[in-house]
Amino acid sequence: MLNRRTWSAAFHATIPVLMGYLAIGMAFGLMLQSIGYGAAWAFFMSLVIYAGSGQYLGVSLLAAGAALSQTAFLTLMINFRHLVYGLSMLEKFRGMGKRKLYMIFSLTDETYALLSAAKAPKGVEEHDYYFAIALLDHSYWIAGSVLGSVLGSALGFDTTGVDFAMTALFLVIAVGQWREAGSHLPALLGGAATLASLLLAGAEDMLLPALGVIVLALTLLRSRLSAQAGGNETGVSL
Amino acid sequence: MNLTTGQALASIAVMAAVTFLTRALPFLLFDRGKEPPRLVLYLGRVLPPAIIAMLIVYCLRGVSFASPAGFVPAAASCGAVVALHLWKNNDLLSIFGGTILYMVLVQTVFV
Repeated sequence: MLNRRTWSAAFHATIPVLMGYLAIGMAFGLMLQSIGYGAAWAFFMSLVIYAGSGQYLGVSLLAAGAALSQTAFLTLMINFRHLVYGLSMLEKFRGMGKRKLYMIFSLTDETYALLSAAKAPKGVEEHDYYFAIALLDHSYWIAGSVLGSVLGSALGFDTTGVDFAMTALFLVIAVGQWREAGSHLPALLGGAATLASLLLAGAEDMLLPALGVIVLALTLLRSRLSAQAGGNETGVSL
Repeated sequence: MNLTTGQALASIAVMAAVTFLTRALPFLLFDRGKEPPRLVLYLGRVLPPAIIAMLIVYCLRGVSFASPAGFVPAAASCGAVVALHLWKNNDLLSIFGGTILYMVLVQTVFV
């Protein structure tokens, strides 16, 4: 039962995500609007996809008219980290019944971060608390993206360059990863392989060869990189 | 718009399905107490930084060094994002500061 107490506790826990999702969601709505897809599209995408960087990438895929195979492939790559999130939520979601499906669907970076630290306050059932957090985060994301789209068309200001928000988002993630990482080799390798691929294969076809080289090189470097991280393969470090 | 409504919907359906799949896969494979293969765990740990670096390069693929307008806005704004983030460590400030700078540069300075 989701009572008032549960909602209130969950709302307090999610206030930072509220601020973040309204802002990042608005930038998404603006970007989507700038390529000709209005508020209904923003609502629909945020409802059914619900992934920050995935939807930013989705804007450029829609704008480019990318083939479905390329869309599937790139979405898979950018969401690869979710595999790790799930691994550390196996225990937490156990016994959640039908709601578990929604919990899995809504496991974004931010919800993951909240849930991994979440402890239900006294008198609030733990699974209700998780569910309320997930629902609230999702609704913030939808609200932000629709708001951005509506504001973009209502104010009619020049949105040229708003797509840089995607680059900025990835840079921010990269800086965070750089700080946490035991080895900078994966990041440097990723950048170098992609740059080489851009020069050799060209802007249209750069990603597949880049990704192939990255996966292959990282697999070959396994013993070296595992040793550097202190053999920390089972621990989820984020 | 490059796509018909149907094509756009199909594209979004694919994004939604694949995103859900990446979130569901660990539960499908490992919810019965089996340990994931070590190679999967290893790649799950080292791939994300490499992929983010790949995507940054991908985002900047349009940069050209033929004229200052081709690279100065992107270079300055990327620098601003990293500097802001190292300084204040606030996601929103870094993203919005950099994006607003970029918009100003491409709309008014390097038109």
